[in-house]
Amino acid sequence: MMRFLLLFSRQGKLRLQKWFTPISEREKKKIIRDMTSMVLARQPRSCNFLHWKDLKIIYKRYASLYFCLAVDNQENELLALEVIHRYVELLDKYFGNVCELDIIFNFEKAYFILDEFLIGGEIQETSKQVVNRCIESSDMLQEDDSSEWYEVELFG
Amino acid sequence: MALKIVKGSIDRMFDKNLQDLVRGIRNHKEDEAKYISTCIDEIKQELKQDNIAVKANAVCKLTYLQMLGYDVSWAAFNIVEVMSSSKFTYKRIGYLAASQCFHESTDVIMLTTNQIRKDLSSPNQYDTGVALTGLSCFVTPDLARDLANDIMTLMSHTKPYIRKKAVLIMYKVFLKYPESLRPAFPRLKEKLEDPDPGVQSAAVNVICELARRNPKNYLSLAPLFFKLMTSSTNNWVLIKIIKLFGALTPLEPRLGKKLIEPLTNLIHSTSAMSLLYECVNTVIAGQYCCSLGSVVLCVQKLRILIEDSDQNLKYLGLLAMSKILKTHPKSVQSHKDLILQCLDDKDESIRLRALDLLYGMVSKKNLMEIVKKLMLHVDKAEGTTYRDELLTKIIDICCQSNYQYITNFEWYISILVELTRLEGTRHGHLIASQMLDVAIRVKAIRVFAVAQMATLLDNAHLLTGNMQRNGICEVLYAAAWICGEFSEHLENPMQTLEAMLRPKVATLPGHIQAVYVQNAAKLFATVLKSQEGNTDGTAAQETSQLMIERLPLFVQSANLEVQERASCILQLVKYIQKLQQKDVEVAEEVSALFAGELNPVAPKAQKKVPVPEGLDLDAWINEPPSESESEDEQPKAIFTKEEHKHSRPRHTEVDEKELAKRREARKQEQANNPFYIKASPSSQKVYQESTGVEHIPVVQIDLSVPLKVPGLPMSDQYVKLEEERRQKQRVEKKKKEKKKRKEKHSGRGKKRDSGPESEEDITPAHMVDIVTEEMPENALPIHTPITVCDIQGNLQDGSQVVVSVIFENKCDGFLKSMEFNVLDSLNAKLQRPEGSGPHDGLTVPFQLPPGVSNEARFVFTVQSIVMPQKLKGTLTFIVKDSSTHEKLDFKLHFTCTSYLITTPCYSDAFAKLLESGDLKCSSVRLEGVSMPFHHLLARICFHHHFSVVERIDSCSSMYSRSIQGHHVCLLVKTTVSIDAKCDEPTLLGNVLDEIKQTFSQC
Repeated sequence: MMRFLLLFSRQGKLRLQKWFTPISEREKKKIIRDMTSMVLARQPRSCNFLHWKDLKIIYKRYASLYFCLAVDNQENELLALEVIHRYVELLDKYFGNVCELDIIFNFEKAYFILDEFLIGGEIQETSKQVVNRCIESSDMLQEDDSSEWYEVELFG
Repeated sequence: MALKIVKGSIDRMFDKNLQDLVRGIRNHKEDEAKYISTCIDEIKQELKQDNIAVKANAVCKLTYLQMLGYDVSWAAFNIVEVMSSSKFTYKRIGYLAASQCFHESTDVIMLTTNQIRKDLSSPNQYDTGVALTGLSCFVTPDLARDLANDIMTLMSHTKPYIRKKAVLIMYKVFLKYPESLRPAFPRLKEKLEDPDPGVQSAAVNVICELARRNPKNYLSLAPLFFKLMTSSTNNWVLIKIIKLFGALTPLEPRLGKKLIEPLTNLIHSTSAMSLLYECVNTVIAGQYCCSLGSVVLCVQKLRILIEDSDQNLKYLGLLAMSKILKTHPKSVQSHKDLILQCLDDKDESIRLRALDLLYGMVSKKNLMEIVKKLMLHVDKAEGTTYRDELLTKIIDICCQSNYQYITNFEWYISILVELTRLEGTRHGHLIASQMLDVAIRVKAIRVFAVAQMATLLDNAHLLTGNMQRNGICEVLYAAAWICGEFSEHLENPMQTLEAMLRPKVATLPGHIQAVYVQNAAKLFATVLKSQEGNTDGTAAQETSQLMIERLPLFVQSANLEVQERASCILQLVKYIQKLQQKDVEVAEEVSALFAGELNPVAPKAQKKVPVPEGLDLDAWINEPPSESESEDEQPKAIFTKEEHKHSRPRHTEVDEKELAKRREARKQEQANNPFYIKASPSSQKVYQESTGVEHIPVVQIDLSVPLKVPGLPMSDQYVKLEEERRQKQRVEKKKKEKKKRKEKHSGRGKKRDSGPESEEDITPAHMVDIVTEEMPENALPIHTPITVCDIQGNLQDGSQVVVSVIFENKCDGFLKSMEFNVLDSLNAKLQRPEGSGPHDGLTVPFQLPPGVSNEARFVFTVQSIVMPQKLKGTLTFIVKDSSTHEKLDFKLHFTCTSYLITTPCYSDAFAKLLESGDLKCSSVRLEGVSMPFHHLLARICFHHHFSVVERIDSCSSMYSRSIQGHHVCLLVKTTVSIDAKCDEPTLLGNVLDEIKQTFSQC
């Protein structure tokens, strides 16, 4: 299963973190530090896999953003790369040509999309269409809520 | 429009929303911390308000700040408040914040149980979904216990969206609350066949994870998964299923056979690299490796991966290749070219993988080539870490399995010397230890090594240029020691001595200086010896003068060890100088200081020292303190005694087997290693373990034999081979002689008489002589009553034959660990204890001191007894003092006679038998027998187990019975012809042949 997913910029700024197993805050900070320094130190045309403690780290760079996924030792590295890629596709579909700023300013959306795709460190849905549909309908629900809320504020 | 204006004003009213916060942080790059602390203050204010929208906004901002590394645990209660909002928008934010910020020790989690339960049963599937997602992140054992039932119900929800989430969360629940697994499992299993593919794949995922933890509980699902595997086209799911099978096959080897076909099909057909890689990995890791074809296929596919331009595939290909290397080195070795190419790759991790592979790929043939290539890389390598890695790998590759692959040690020494030119390596110590190891253990190389080391010492300044922090100077430690210890091989010892006494040496680390000083003294001795041989005494005096001039530098050293050695040696040299001035020859005495050769001893040598007879290391020296009541003591004591009886021999046997195994392995190794330290006869020393206590047995350990360093001197190797060859010749010769003897003389060799037949493939010249003698159950009652007992037992079981074997130790050594083994034929099998394999030997239950013989009995099962047969066997044993493992081949003859049992028969019964007409007739004439008739009868009775029924004048009737109840009747006439009847013609024919043979030998 997957252990955590980190998104960080070329400067090492964290953009998104998802932990699939409970880890203490101190440990998290240490891992984030390790990951950013390890991944950013890699030469350009190197392979995308690293071994770290008993985990496999799979990372991939999309534009200015690094996606870094840690999986158990017996997991398939290529499948993990697929997971990262699928997530990027989902973000791309949602934001329309996604860029780092989209994720910075709508970081909660990025989480919502991720939560529809992965859950508890396992793949929840492999179909892009299904994930998109779920996101759309929850957003619709939120829109409804919001409009209601404005009404309340207006007239209440 | 109006709405928008209002919204704007509301935004302002809220001060900042998330976007403003992010923007603000980006605009305050210089004083980010300060800006954020004001923001946090604002958020605290916002959280105090009653408006849930304001709170949600604040919580959302906090979630962002949490990601930046700020502590937000103080807001945990507010997060719970937002979670429990009835509006999806806020609930979503609340759960997101909770899943990011909560962990097991967050105490407010206790308060959420009911809220979560409510959300789980919400009519809105997205409420439920959001609760499940949150739960997956912060589920605690308490939550798992309280909510397990609710989630289990959701596994059968009408909406697949909820079902798949519930299935996946269940795994987290199992982890936190394992009791839930049993009741939930049937439903989980059901989900494997859910109509929705998403739910199905979720169930596969969960079971795959569970099976990884405890595979044997999920074996029963194998058929279901097999169906899924052959029907599914979803690669994500297929990969998981294949992984699951990877976990199951070790428990059920039959699965492997079944899987190999679909797996190879997938390997052939799939275009998805991830799936291909998974299949290949499973084939490698599984037990399927029995089929060479599939391994070859995997290697082919991996080669394609490695050749790919994609670095990832290259890396994974190498990784998988190294797994195959462990089981099928040959199939990988043929791709050496490819692996070597990978060393040129830009990616360091790929190069390191390739290095790992090379380690397992070297052979005697390609070692030099591979190391040469690696040396090139050492020169090119950038970055010390990779270079150090290369260096250690080169040494690892060369010294693996006791330098098994090195055919030329001169080459290896030069490699080591070349490696010393590396700047800034940390591994000077490693190189040094290799130099020492090789120089000490490979005698033949010492001349070369010493020359190389002398050059190193001469050019020490090159190494030590900027060396204080440079590990490479450790090499000088080895160089100095080797030059000193083996100084007799030095071409120009004077020059080396000068090099070792240079003032610059004083800058080396203390422990190296100490070695320098000590070895300078050794060199001094050598130099004196050569100089005193010459007529001119002044040269020797000059050498002493040099020592006296240079040593004070070391006497002043801050290092205690250096100081002490230097001052000792300085005083010694001064004294020598005094003697020299009186024209006394001192060289002999000086070299006596360092006399004696240092010989290598294997690290495990101690284990080879046999445990003295009668010493039981497991036994209590004193009675163990008894905890029981006194009445219990009696039986207890008996018990322990008994246990000793049983456990002791067993213990030593296991030990010896183990030892024998190791010895075999080592011999193998030695056979492959022509370069080995020769143990010269002079090095044979006898150590005596002297102890003050009389009762402890004093053991003599002959060091030259049992304490062999792994690997045997070359000459010994040849001696061994020669011995084996000679022995073979001897045996052949002996056989011929024996045949001749049989033809010429009659009735020689009493022992052979006692048994029907025996085959001894032993020559008296052989160190250990063992007489194997076969004594089938119907052997003469000369034998002990025990043998008689066996006969009775076996009459009831017509297929058992007991063979008594007498082992006689004719050599001087103590024989132990004897193992008797026979190669079974279809018809006859050695009965082995239950649980042992069909080729296991039987342990002979005694040891043999020199000159002693003892008998052991072995039971054979024979199916058909009508034909004689021969069984081949071997006896393995250890001669105690030489500690070598010996083997002796022998043959067992099962003659038809040996199946006959002397059975008395009355004449009337005999007559009836003949009249019955069931018996077939046959006759034979014995040629050239000239012995009294009663002798002839006695002989038949004796050798062939007949009894005389009746004797009338010139003829006699005889009877015998086989163990399977065949009757054999003979009518022997004084004309020396035998008429015979038996109900089994083949048996009869063979018995008559054997009788004829007995008399032809006379």
